[in-house]
Amino acid sequence: MIHTIAFYLFAVLLIASAMLVIMSRNPVHSVLWLILAFFNAAGLMVLVGAEFIAMLLVIVYVGAVAVLFLFVVMMLDIDFAELRAGFMKNAPLGVLIAVVLFVELFVGLVIHGAGELQLGAADGTAATIEGRSNIESIGALLYGEYLFLFEAAGLILLVAMIGAIVLTHRERTDTRGQKVARQVARRPEEATVNVKPEIGKGVSL
Amino acid sequence: MTAFFQSLGMNYEWAWFIATICGILLIALPLMLAVAMIIYVDRKVWAAINLRRGPNVVGPFGLLQSFADGLKVFLQETIVPSAANKGIFLLAPIVTFTVALGAWAVIPFDAGVVLADINVGLLYILAISSLSVYGVVMAGWASNSKYPFFSAMRASAQMISYEVSIGFILICVVLWAGTFNLTEIVNAQKGHGLGFVNGYFFNILLFPMWVMFFISSLAETQRVPFDLTEAESELVAGYQTEYSSMSFALFWLGEYANILLMCSLNTILFFGGWLPPIDWAPLYYVPGIIWFLLKTFFFFFMFSWVMATVPRYRYDQLMRLGWKIFLPISLLFVVLVSGWLMFTRYA
Repeated sequence: MIHTIAFYLFAVLLIASAMLVIMSRNPVHSVLWLILAFFNAAGLMVLVGAEFIAMLLVIVYVGAVAVLFLFVVMMLDIDFAELRAGFMKNAPLGVLIAVVLFVELFVGLVIHGAGELQLGAADGTAATIEGRSNIESIGALLYGEYLFLFEAAGLILLVAMIGAIVLTHRERTDTRGQKVARQVARRPEEATVNVKPEIGKGVSL
Repeated sequence: MTAFFQSLGMNYEWAWFIATICGILLIALPLMLAVAMIIYVDRKVWAAINLRRGPNVVGPFGLLQSFADGLKVFLQETIVPSAANKGIFLLAPIVTFTVALGAWAVIPFDAGVVLADINVGLLYILAISSLSVYGVVMAGWASNSKYPFFSAMRASAQMISYEVSIGFILICVVLWAGTFNLTEIVNAQKGHGLGFVNGYFFNILLFPMWVMFFISSLAETQRVPFDLTEAESELVAGYQTEYSSMSFALFWLGEYANILLMCSLNTILFFGGWLPPIDWAPLYYVPGIIWFLLKTFFFFFMFSWVMATVPRYRYDQLMRLGWKIFLPISLLFVVLVSGWLMFTRYA
């Protein structure tokens, strides 16, 4: 009973906020609705008992990805008239993507009607392990069964990260950064001089 | 508590519901009182270090100062700037306050005294604390004013930076304790140092992690050496500039509730939570919650101490500390801790 109410609450809010992401005129509002959508998705995950995935969803998407979105979008100076002018130009592509998505949805519904899919139960590898929490089951699978795929995914991410750094990094010689080690290593003897200039001569440093 | 309400003749669902509501009130109301008193303590400690008197007029020793401030703020008019984005402007302090309260759901105050004893407790804390940046960012953007906006940008960059190293530090603790459940993390610390000191701070590999966690928690709650988001000499009052009355008070309460949360996390993760500091007989007669509150208060005193003594970091220094020092060191310690555990525990 309470599960059903919670499910429909999360589901309705999820769909409504997802609709509002694409319908709101202000991009910052869009990002905030997106965050609400992530939250409700996390709520649905908790309902099916996948609390680890739910927490990761909140930490990664809400805590990191959406903050970066918000960070970028906040600083945009968007000219709405220009955006609307580009609407007709991109309309055919948009319609194409919409049709593809709709067909996928339709195919999915038809297949669902043919019978339920048995997820991961064929050879028992992905079935939940009795008496183990979420984290332990996922750990056992990731670091046992799918170790090499997991490592490969990590390697791809590492390459992507290094690539992003290499692409955006440029050595700047016109700025003077703070070199803390040099500041700490500096002693009074080399930083100060005691001079007794003759009157009217001044000092050169 | 559910059992108590069931004994009054309710069925399980209602008993659970009422018990949870009572639990929430039992945490939230004392927390609000604690926040009011801790603001007073903060001002008193700060004043004592500066050789001033601090609040000493309202009530005995000025104890009621926070309540007088609260009443004053409550009676003021809420001003919404005409250029502000009204909905988000009013939502921002509510988000800050709610998030600051939400994380307390998984904090164990004593053995078994916890609202939600969930397996992913620490992840829940991490998830909730990563949300606290939204209050600041929303406030800064919705104010539609230069200073709050700068503050919001600083806040989002700062909190993302320090959350990364906090994550690695927490992983060290989780590896050693072998669980994400906060109650079990505390239990795992029993007799950790030489068999009689309760707490991970006694561990040579985890002590540097605690130092870094303490500094990161200062940065995460935007306390003094890292309070660039409300640096009054540069940004007036940062994201709070346009706020007045209760919306300002909610920011204030949320900020101090977050600080208390970070203090209690220091206690739970590294100083053995409700366990007495040393595993000896007479110390066990003191109730666990007293130890928990004493330790939390000690960390709060350290927060105030830092506030009164350390000058503010510059923004590039803040970023340098987070990304170039804390991140590599904490990453190194994840490798060290997991390597050590592989050698000794899982070999």
